[in-house]
Amino acid sequence: MVWALAILQTLLFIAAAPLLASWLKRIKCRLQNRRAPSLFQPYRDLRKLYRKRPIVPYPASWIFRAAPYIVFASTVLAAAIVPLAAVDLPTARIADVIVLVGFFALGRTFQVLAGMDIGTAFGGMGSSREMTVSSLAEPAMLMAVFTLAMSAHTTNLSQAMNYVHDTGLVLRPSFVFALGGLLLVAIAETGRIPVDNPATHLELTMIHEAMILEYSGRWLALIEWASQIKLMLYGVLIANIFFPWGIAQDFSWPALICGVAAIALKLALLAVVLGLSEALFAKMRIFRVQEYLGFAYLLGVLGLLSHIILEAARVHH
Amino acid sequence: MSLFLANLSLLLALFSALVAPIAGCAGGIWSRLGRTPVLLGRLGPGSAGPGEERRSPRISRLARIAPFILLALSGGFGALAGIIALRGGATSTATVALGLPWLSWHERLDSLSGFFFCVIGLPLIAVSLFGPGYVREFEHGRHPLWVLSFFTGFFVAGMELVLLADDAFLFMIAWELMSVGSYFLVAFQHEHSANRRAAFLYLLMAEIGAIAVILAFGVLAGFGGGLTFAALRGAALSPLWASIAFVLALTGFGMKAGLVPLHAWLPEAHPVAPSHISALMSGVMLKIAVYGFIRFTFDLLHQFHWQWGVLVLVIGSASAVLGILYALQQQDLKRLLAYSSVENVGIVFVALGLSLIFLSNGKTHLGTLGLVAALLHSLNHALFKSLLFLGAGSILYRAHEQSLEHMGGLIHRMPKTAAFFLLGTLSIAGLPPLNGFVSEWLVFQTALQAGTLDSGVLRSLIPTASAVLALTAALAATCFVKVYGVAFLGLPRSHHIAHAREVPHRGMLAGPALLAACCVLLGVLPTPLIDLLGRVTQPLTGFVLPDISALGWLWLTPVAPEVASYAPALVLFGILAVGWLSYYLLYRRTGLEPRRAEPWDCGFGGLTARMQYTSGAFSMPIRRIFEPVFGMHESIEVTTDGPAATRVRALRYHFQVLDRAWPILYEPAGHTVTRLARWVGRLQTGNIRTYLGYSFFTLVVLLWMIS
Repeated sequence: MVWALAILQTLLFIAAAPLLASWLKRIKCRLQNRRAPSLFQPYRDLRKLYRKRPIVPYPASWIFRAAPYIVFASTVLAAAIVPLAAVDLPTARIADVIVLVGFFALGRTFQVLAGMDIGTAFGGMGSSREMTVSSLAEPAMLMAVFTLAMSAHTTNLSQAMNYVHDTGLVLRPSFVFALGGLLLVAIAETGRIPVDNPATHLELTMIHEAMILEYSGRWLALIEWASQIKLMLYGVLIANIFFPWGIAQDFSWPALICGVAAIALKLALLAVVLGLSEALFAKMRIFRVQEYLGFAYLLGVLGLLSHIILEAARVHH
Repeated sequence: MSLFLANLSLLLALFSALVAPIAGCAGGIWSRLGRTPVLLGRLGPGSAGPGEERRSPRISRLARIAPFILLALSGGFGALAGIIALRGGATSTATVALGLPWLSWHERLDSLSGFFFCVIGLPLIAVSLFGPGYVREFEHGRHPLWVLSFFTGFFVAGMELVLLADDAFLFMIAWELMSVGSYFLVAFQHEHSANRRAAFLYLLMAEIGAIAVILAFGVLAGFGGGLTFAALRGAALSPLWASIAFVLALTGFGMKAGLVPLHAWLPEAHPVAPSHISALMSGVMLKIAVYGFIRFTFDLLHQFHWQWGVLVLVIGSASAVLGILYALQQQDLKRLLAYSSVENVGIVFVALGLSLIFLSNGKTHLGTLGLVAALLHSLNHALFKSLLFLGAGSILYRAHEQSLEHMGGLIHRMPKTAAFFLLGTLSIAGLPPLNGFVSEWLVFQTALQAGTLDSGVLRSLIPTASAVLALTAALAATCFVKVYGVAFLGLPRSHHIAHAREVPHRGMLAGPALLAACCVLLGVLPTPLIDLLGRVTQPLTGFVLPDISALGWLWLTPVAPEVASYAPALVLFGILAVGWLSYYLLYRRTGLEPRRAEPWDCGFGGLTARMQYTSGAFSMPIRRIFEPVFGMHESIEVTTDGPAATRVRALRYHFQVLDRAWPILYEPAGHTVTRLARWVGRLQTGNIRTYLGYSFFTLVVLLWMIS
């Protein structure tokens, strides 16, 4: 029963991810005075890609063909362990938040390898930049996560959300820092403005798009879908860790429905914030990214230190 | 029983050293007999040639393979002895009537040395499978092959004897056997001056390290009144003397382990040895240094001070992050792997530092966890680093190339080697569900318990160290993605790489395959091994991790089930299930076969291999971002022609990344030594009367002292 519920939650996660992406697009269109496509456009895109015959470039090896499946699988697995509408589901115990970062790294590794597999300048360029960005973003994310883990005395996401939920609304400086750090990382890792631009195909500026330039058909569909899930994953992490209210703590139907509604509302609001920031900021050049991510890292470390110096002492004495 | 097996393994290693020279001699005599038909009077001059050809390949084949068979047996028996010692948890001791007249050799095999016997054994078996094919390269080379197997045998025997030693004297003999044996292996191809220089540097630093270790033992022996480990354990040391001994041991063992800033020999020496030896040096020998450190600190000293922990933590973190940053900038594959060993040893010492800090604060449980993480990472690193060095050896064997800048596309040419290398890459990059991730995860879990400490300084220091560790882990992924992407994927960047073929010998695939299988197995099912490690920690910290598998054998719960849990087997299952399901739904159901086409070339046509990102280009952003860390030399060479040299014909970009440790530490140290030597040299006037004067005064002083 609980396992079925967990699988159901994961399926809901996967199914809802394109919707969040199109909602974000809609907000951006609104802000830029453009007409937005239908909310279901990403689903149509995926279906169209699914029906197309994919193309393999000549130099590609099996890595190129296998990578989309591994990217998709690792992202789905990540989605399985992040509590969406309910905590205490058994899948949350399979892996904790450090493993979650590991899942992202696994997917990214294969994505990057696939980018280098085709032996073009674009693939290598995107791969090199992606790894550079992520090698700075990943520690920043871990720092933010560690702040939470040390406050909640657990790295298990479900337990951590329970902890924040049960302690109620306390304004902790460490959480503010961690939230800031995690927001910055989320923007960088999901390839949004100002670090990367998912809408661009301008050779010199793209990161993620350069890597997947050779993909087509069902493989492109999988990769696109995986990045939509990843965007939603970061959204859910931020929403449920820092604002866990509304999440279902037992498995009764009213609680679950309330949980789904709560997370939908939170994600919609978060998308508004993200859309606003995307409309307000311009993409920065690649050698500014380290300052941006360095700042995120610093926020994480400050969060951790302020937890240790200000908060943990209070708990002890 | 276990000690018998361990000694058998030791003897086999020694015997493997001797078999090739003996076979070589026998072969020499044999062929000489055949070539002297006048003496024998049976064979005519015409039949001598074919006779020699018939015999000598067989003997040379025997001389090539037999040492490796013995080494494999040695590895197998060693691992078996280790497993028995680990499972039984019993300690067996023996006294061998060798050594000094008043101090015979003491041998002891307990769970700690048993575990490290496994660390030696598995890579040794793999190397022995790989070796017979690989050393064919050297068969018709400049140097006789028996030299290689002779010193390999002594090197391996030295490492095994270090583990068995139960007195400081035998320990140092074994330590020197290991160092000197490996020195000759580093110097094997001594026709290149760079190799001779690397070997000399290695020997020099190994000996300085050995002196530090001897002094450390000396401090203990001075208080303990004996050289046996039992006596050393009994030494009642004041904290000051204990700290002196600790720092000496950290210097000595750290120099062997390649901790920053004592690492300079490592990236010089490891790459120039033959690849299977590099695998043993990087994968195994560094772990012997880790063993020495654990034995000395946790067992012999058996005192824990938080200052020691902080020192180890800081040095470990520095080694980890600097090691990987330098690794990322290397273009030579084996050199890159050597720098990455510095990083991994750094991670091991971070875990040991955490363990020391927690133990000194009375958090035995967490101290034990740190120690377990360190041990597990040692084993994991031994597995994947040996695997990667063997892979580099395969490339070297087939394409005679170790520069990444000339590689590319090897996955098409050497598909099996590429598959095993990929597993090694994923393991060392610390990705779930492989083994490198498990140990790094345990280190993070240990570090995250810093909140339980009372001291505010420590509570803020440990998270800072874990921040550095997080950066290291991410950079390691970048580094090894670069290695794999540049070497195995894309288009070949040079002629001989384009014509490389899969390795011809089954053994050269079986060795890496064994290691890759171990990487997967330990990654997916780490709990049985971690349970066994409790036997190691029990005598050292007096504690066994209680509920490592509180949720069942699939689940790893290092602290408590509600704090953290990880089920790698389920993760692997999940990835396979989702991957297969999406494959099935998307491919099988549509049946749309992919079409082959040219990659996108912006419409200009003619993509060449030179347009790919190179290894140097891939790591350029990191190089820019962390510029202050590196000593960099960059130059751009512009070739122009046309009237007034306005048209640029060619641009050449050179860059060289130099280790900052040289100008900061080594060169000043070298200058100081030279200056001191010159100063002392003033004594040597070259005048015989002065020397007679010295003798006379010495005599007088001695007489005065006696009377």
